[in-house]
Amino acid sequence: MVESALANLWFGFSVALEPHNLLWCMVGVLVGNIVGVLPGMGVLATISILLPLTFGMNAVAAVLMLAGVFYGAQYGGAICSILLNLPCHPPHAVTCLDGFPLTTQGKGGTALSITMLASFVGASFGITEMIFLAPALARTALEFGPSEVCSLMLLGLLAGSTLARGSPVKGLAMTVFGLLLGMVGSDMGTGTERFTFGIMNLYDGIEIVALALGLFGIAEFMKSVNRTSPVESRYVNVRMRDMRPDAADLKRSILPMIRGTLLGSLCALVPGTGPTIASFVSYATEKKVSRTPERFGGGAIEGVACPEASTHSSVQGDFIPTMSLGIPGDSVMALILAALTIQGIVPGPQLISQHADVFWGLIASFWIGNILLVIFNVPLIGIWVKLLTIPYRYLYPSALFFVCIGVYSATNDLFGVGETLVIGVFGYALLLLGFHPAPVLLGFVLGPRFEENFRRAMLISRGDLRIFIERPISAVLIGLCVLLIAGLIYVRLRRKRPAMRLSVRMSPD
Amino acid sequence: MVFLGLGAALEGSRYEIGTLQQMGPGFLPVVLGVILAGLGILIAGASAISAGGHDEEIIPDRPEWRGWACVVAGPALFIVGGYYGGLIPAAFLCVFVASLGDRTATLGRSLVLAAGVTLLGVVLFYYVLGVPFPSGRWMSGW
Repeated sequence: MVESALANLWFGFSVALEPHNLLWCMVGVLVGNIVGVLPGMGVLATISILLPLTFGMNAVAAVLMLAGVFYGAQYGGAICSILLNLPCHPPHAVTCLDGFPLTTQGKGGTALSITMLASFVGASFGITEMIFLAPALARTALEFGPSEVCSLMLLGLLAGSTLARGSPVKGLAMTVFGLLLGMVGSDMGTGTERFTFGIMNLYDGIEIVALALGLFGIAEFMKSVNRTSPVESRYVNVRMRDMRPDAADLKRSILPMIRGTLLGSLCALVPGTGPTIASFVSYATEKKVSRTPERFGGGAIEGVACPEASTHSSVQGDFIPTMSLGIPGDSVMALILAALTIQGIVPGPQLISQHADVFWGLIASFWIGNILLVIFNVPLIGIWVKLLTIPYRYLYPSALFFVCIGVYSATNDLFGVGETLVIGVFGYALLLLGFHPAPVLLGFVLGPRFEENFRRAMLISRGDLRIFIERPISAVLIGLCVLLIAGLIYVRLRRKRPAMRLSVRMSPD
Repeated sequence: MVFLGLGAALEGSRYEIGTLQQMGPGFLPVVLGVILAGLGILIAGASAISAGGHDEEIIPDRPEWRGWACVVAGPALFIVGGYYGGLIPAAFLCVFVASLGDRTATLGRSLVLAAGVTLLGVVLFYYVLGVPFPSGRWMSGW
C-alpha cells in the first residue's frame, strides 16, 4: 500500500510540477498569503472572486489555485495575529493570546519563524494523513448506495451546521435555508420550475458565485465598513534577521508542535470541526499539559506553536472528506467542490480513481505550496508587514468592484450582479440577527445531490423510509446523527448557567 | 430575533403553498419548509423566553447608514453603468460611490482610487482575460 501510495505521489508531483499548474499554484498561495495578511479580507470572499476565473482553466490548475488560497491565507493570518493582535482569521484568534505579547517583548520575529515551522510540520502531517486515509475512505465509500450517501450527507450537514460557530439551532436553520436555495430552478427529474417566481434568469438555479459573493463579499463589507480601527503599526518592523529562533525556543516548541499536529489531524476527521476548533482545543490542551501554565497569555512560545501546528494539520485534513467522499466539512470546501463541479468533475468516492491527476496533483501541490509559502514568508516578511498598513478604505471599494466583475464574468449577465446584491443585503441582515451564513453555502452545494440520492433511495425502497435504518452503514450514520442531536440537547440543558462563562470565553469572536 | 424566527416560519409556509404540486418535485421543498418553519418557531420561542424585553436591537449600536448605503449603491450602479455604458462607467461608478462610504474618504482620493481600479479592471478583465463586456459603447472603436 505504501508503495502504490508513493508511486501515486510521484505521479502527483509530475502533474503539480507542470509549469502551467505550478504557476497557478504559486498564484494561489501568493494571493492567499496577501489576503491572509490584509485585515478585513476573507478567504471565502477571495475564493469566490477567483472562482469565475477558473472557468477557463483546466481542472487541475483550478483546484490547485483555490486550495492554495485557502492554506496560503493561514500563513498570512498568523502574521496578522502575531504582529497586530488582530484575529482577522478565526483560526488564528488563539495565536494572538501569546503571539502578540511576544511581539511586544521584541520577540515577534521568533514567534513568526516558530509559526512557519509549526505550520510546515502540521501541514506535512496533514498531507500524509490524506495520502493514506483518503483513498481507503473512498474505497469504502464506493460500496455506498443512495441511502448511505444520503445518510452521510445528513450527518455532514448536521455536523457542519451545529459544530461550527454560533448557536446550533441557528446553524441548522441556515443549512435548511441553503438546501432550499439549492432547489431554486428546474427540478432535475421533471423539469418543473421551483421557486423561480417566473424570473427567467432563475431557471438555471442560483449561481453559486453570486451566493458566495453576496454572503461573504457584500455582507462582509457592510459589516466592516467604518469599523476597522486604524492599524497599530508600532511593532511591525520585523526583518529577516529577527526571524532566527534561538535553540531554547526551538526546543521548547517541538513537543507542542507534535501535540498540536496530532490534535489538528483528529479534528479534521470529525466533520464540521475545522481549523478554528482545532486551534482552540489544542491551545487549551497545551495549557493543561504545560508545567508552567501561568506563562500562557503572557508570551509563551508553546502557545503559538501548538495552535498553529494544529490549524495547519486540520486545514490539510479538511480536504479528506471533501476529496474522498464529496462531503465538504465547511464552506471553503463547499466552494472548492463547486469549482470541481463547474469543471465537470463529479465529486464523490470515484474522484480519486477517475481523476487521479486532480487528486494526486492536489496532494503534491500541497507540499510544493507549503514550501513556496515558507520561502515567500521568511525573506519577504518586510513586504507582508508593509501590506498590513493598507487602509481598509482603499480595500473594500476595489474588492467590491472585483465582486461585481467576478459575478458578471460567471454569468455574462448583469442579473447576476443584482442577485448578489440582494443576497448580500439579506446576508447582512442575517449576520445582524446572529445567524452565521456559512452553513447556507454548505446546504446549497449539497442540496441537489442530497435530493437526488434521497429520491433514488425512495425509488429503490418504494417509498419506505425504513431503508435508512435497515442497511447497516446507513443505520450507523443515522445513529451518529441522532447521537449528535441528543448530545447537543444534553449540553444545552446541562450548561444553562455554570458553563455560560466558558462558552463566552471559548467563542472565537 | 423574533422577527427572523417569524420570517423563517412565514417563508417556510410560503414555500409550502408554492410547491404543492404532485408528490415528485414538491416533496422535499415542502418537508424542508416545514423543518425551517419549525426551527424558526424554536428560535423565536427561545429568544422570547430568554430575552424578554429587548428584542428590537437588530440595528447595531453605531448604525452606519452612510457606509451601508454606499456599499449597496456600488453594485447597483455597476448594473446601471454596465447596462447603459459598459465596463468603464460601471467600474468607475461602482468604486467611486462605494469608497465614499468610508467616513474619512475625500472626493479627490476616491476619484483617484476609482480611476486606478477602473484602469486595472479594464486591462485585466477586458484585455487579459477577455470578459465579453463592452468597455464603453462609445469607445467600441478601440
